[in-house]
Amino acid sequence: MSSFALWLAAWWTVTGSGLVDPLFLPSPPAVGHRFVQWISQGDLLADIRISVIRVLAGFALSAVMAVPLGLLIGAYRPVRAFCEPLLEFARYLPAVAFIPMVLLWVGIGEGSKIAVIWIGTFFQMVIMLSEDVARVPMPQIEAARTLGAAEHEIVWRVLLRSAMPAMFDTLRITWGWAWTYLVVAELVAANSGLGYAILKAQRFLQTDRIFVGIIVIGLIGLGTDQLLRWSQRRLFPWAAARS
Amino acid sequence: MSTQQLDLRHVGKVFATAAGARFAALTDVSFTVNVGEFVALVGASGCGKSTLLRLIAGLDPASSGEILVAGRPFVGPGRERAMVFQDYSLYPWLSVLDNIRFSRRLRANRALQREQASADARAQLLLQLMGLERVRDAYPNVLSGGMRQRVAIARALLNEPELLLMDEPFGALDAQTREVMHDLILHVLASERRTILFVTHDVEEAVYLADRVIVLAPDPGRIDSVWPISLPPARERTQQLKEAPEFLAAARQIRARIRATSGLQSDRVALQRLARDLR
Repeated sequence: MSSFALWLAAWWTVTGSGLVDPLFLPSPPAVGHRFVQWISQGDLLADIRISVIRVLAGFALSAVMAVPLGLLIGAYRPVRAFCEPLLEFARYLPAVAFIPMVLLWVGIGEGSKIAVIWIGTFFQMVIMLSEDVARVPMPQIEAARTLGAAEHEIVWRVLLRSAMPAMFDTLRITWGWAWTYLVVAELVAANSGLGYAILKAQRFLQTDRIFVGIIVIGLIGLGTDQLLRWSQRRLFPWAAARS
Repeated sequence: MSTQQLDLRHVGKVFATAAGARFAALTDVSFTVNVGEFVALVGASGCGKSTLLRLIAGLDPASSGEILVAGRPFVGPGRERAMVFQDYSLYPWLSVLDNIRFSRRLRANRALQREQASADARAQLLLQLMGLERVRDAYPNVLSGGMRQRVAIARALLNEPELLLMDEPFGALDAQTREVMHDLILHVLASERRTILFVTHDVEEAVYLADRVIVLAPDPGRIDSVWPISLPPARERTQQLKEAPEFLAAARQIRARIRATSGLQSDRVALQRLARDLR
């Protein structure tokens, strides 16, 4: 909290001193005023809503595919040997460069934004999740085997349960990346959303508006991150003692 | 009905290294363990003592030879053989009690429905026996290393295994906790008659707990010598025994033997030579 206060104070001082052209760095009151105006007269809330929906959809699509695949790759060596080279290649594919192709393939509708978020997050997510599963301590697995666990019981009752807090953490981290790709997709190919609003503000040199957009995205990210951290502590109280 | 709980006949284990070479971890290991006996395996590092335990547990297949438990061969792990690992084998998301009862939720053991009620009673009994009643609802992460190993032992004992395999179970504990665990093990043995095969690098621990100590030699792993421990029966041993001359003599002899198998001269000779070479 105090780090935020310090930043705000520094920002305020610099802009208040008149050393910097407000065009380059709008002052906090100007940004605040723009924020209120954007909410009351404009479509800020609608922009936030459509952006959140897009991130949720793209992220959910990635997660729904990545969690089972990551579990399989982490659990079974042959699956890992088969998938890993392709994934390692795919995660270096620049998602942004795919935007023209995505527009060709999926069109300019909502599908294209979701597809860009998916390309940006899915491959990283699978690799990180599979590593979470691979890091489950061997004695946990072998103890289960000596106690009579079948192969599928080891996957469900040991690997998944044991890796769950780490997997949740991975999802929390990739959730942040999903926002980055959302903004990229909206900057290039959208006519609504926070990213698009920032682009539009850029055309009219409304730097205070750009700042509002950036800060709103930051606040949404901070809020959801805190929410996810809190749920993690509630969901996995047994893992808390470790940190 | 044989009195041999475990019978190893010419057991060998060969690993393929990453470079494609073959590495003999164990060759021609033969010995038997009687019902109710406590046998300790000791040896220099790399002698294959843990590997041997894993073969008997069914975690790895033997490359040659035969392993019989109560006269029967086996493939893979089985409920008549339980294993206690050195550390990190507990399930951190389960309470102490649920860790102990973990095997009851597995399909392989669900056929034993009629035993389900008695299993709860048995879990209760084990909590009591291991001094875990106060922490039965705690998660493993808040327990000390010694307490965690008590849980691991109770979990292994739940299904009343004929053979209990222990792979350096106290290796990660400090000396004081280890002493407490030694007496606890002897106490448990007094009420739970079990056959135990115990791997350790601590010779005092082996002599204090075991009826018989087997020394393994490395390169390739094989039996070097077998030492019957002619001390009072396990249940009558106390910590004072560790200062008795016959205890110290047995430990000294076994240690000397292990040092001989490791291919090193006694430390003094080695140091003298090192000092000469450095001059």
